[in-house]
Amino acid sequence: MTDQEILAGLAEIIDEIAGVPADEVTPDKSFVDDLDIDSLSMVEIAVAAQDKFGVEIPDEQLKDLKTVQDVINFVSKNS
Amino acid sequence: MSSSDRVSVVVTGLGAITPLGGDVASTWSAMLAGTSGVRRITEDWAESLPVKIAAPAAADPVPVIGRVQARRMDRCEQLALVAAREAWADAGSPAVDPYRLGVAVTSGIGGIGSTLAAYDALREKGWDRISPYTVPMLMPNGAAGWISIELGARAGAHAPVSACASGAEAIGYGIDMIRSGRADVVVAGGTEAAIMALNIGAFAVMRAMSTRNDEPSRASRPFDKGRDGFVLGEGAGIVVLESLPHALARGAQIYAVAAGAGYSSDAHHITHPAPGGAGGAYSISSALRDAGVSPEQVVHVNAHATSTPEGDPLEARAIESALGEAAAGVVVSATKSMTGHLLGGAGAVESVAAILALRDRTAPPTINLEDLDDEVTVDVATTARPLAPRPGQGPMAVLNNAFGFGGHNVTLAFTEYAPEGA
Repeated sequence: MTDQEILAGLAEIIDEIAGVPADEVTPDKSFVDDLDIDSLSMVEIAVAAQDKFGVEIPDEQLKDLKTVQDVINFVSKNS
Repeated sequence: MSSSDRVSVVVTGLGAITPLGGDVASTWSAMLAGTSGVRRITEDWAESLPVKIAAPAAADPVPVIGRVQARRMDRCEQLALVAAREAWADAGSPAVDPYRLGVAVTSGIGGIGSTLAAYDALREKGWDRISPYTVPMLMPNGAAGWISIELGARAGAHAPVSACASGAEAIGYGIDMIRSGRADVVVAGGTEAAIMALNIGAFAVMRAMSTRNDEPSRASRPFDKGRDGFVLGEGAGIVVLESLPHALARGAQIYAVAAGAGYSSDAHHITHPAPGGAGGAYSISSALRDAGVSPEQVVHVNAHATSTPEGDPLEARAIESALGEAAAGVVVSATKSMTGHLLGGAGAVESVAAILALRDRTAPPTINLEDLDDEVTVDVATTARPLAPRPGQGPMAVLNNAFGFGGHNVTLAFTEYAPEGA
């Protein structure tokens, strides 16, 4: 899966769960500071990402996924 | 503190989403027209239950709230927020110090739909597939929390729970918040969204529900000889309570005086009402005393009357024993004949109806009352009826009764607002 495909899939999830329009989900964005996503929604996003990309995201890794790029890197490394 | 030296509390805004309409105006006009909100349940789960009728909310709260926020809220919270927004706008969105603005909004059951969905997810998919919003969706104080966030209310958000008396009790709590000096404005009321297989099954197994499945609109028939139980409804009612000086200072519209609240507990049986309607009689008497209202001022009672064989005649007796001879001049309405029983939302929606009855001097009808129970000797309105003050008795008063499993009885008293010097 290319980074672009991961980004598109992640943007779809974030739109569904947090209502952030896909074009605002860019690699440099921070979930908390830029996209206004709280810790509860982040849990939902992580679960949806695990299902969509077929990866395991352990809790200790989840807390380090602060930006969209962090998730892209994690998925491309682990899928 | 005597009733003369404490601050008066008035109602300055109303909101509702009910089986009869998505707002107050549509609910009230349907109510005056004697419309039933009861429908056949179309979901598959009703197949296996003896009760296949209910009164769902007439409007979908999700488009009003927005998809993303709505998915974090239980349906009972969504309904409450829609009604709260309407009430707040109706009150003119008052400018008030956040620490003088309170919330008292509750539910009898809480977010039962979310509880059930989470349990399904737990069993079928595992703990990590439960929505992380489950806890704030199932807690019965969730609606109070959401409304406090929406309005920036920081004087306290409360959710007193007393089953089917909850909505009325919350309004009573709101009156107390203002009288005790904790707040100038309180958004108060109740909500419920419990039309689900578990709830219907659980009430049905008590033999508390109507099984008149082939005639949904005729199923809820309080005070009628043919009544066979209540019909479950859903929705929310909200009132904006305000201290009179605060309302006058901003030139607010005033619907009525929230004159007083009375409470009692049966201490008898966990679900059966006390013999002779003693608990209801005491809450009515207490409300009159608290409000400083005489029985002769009372012109209308919006009754709790749920259409159960046991409860309705006991409430009629309670009204008569509390009001004495004055009971003969009181028009009683049972609006659950149209809305079904909104459980924790009932006392709030019916308070909205009682306040509008006072404003329009018109009592709504009790539909399906074709053959009055022989034990019922109060004057139950079967059509919309005019209300008028009794000569020389002062401002008109209306009462709303709300009784709940557990033996909780709440009566609220509202009076016409008479500006000083008018």
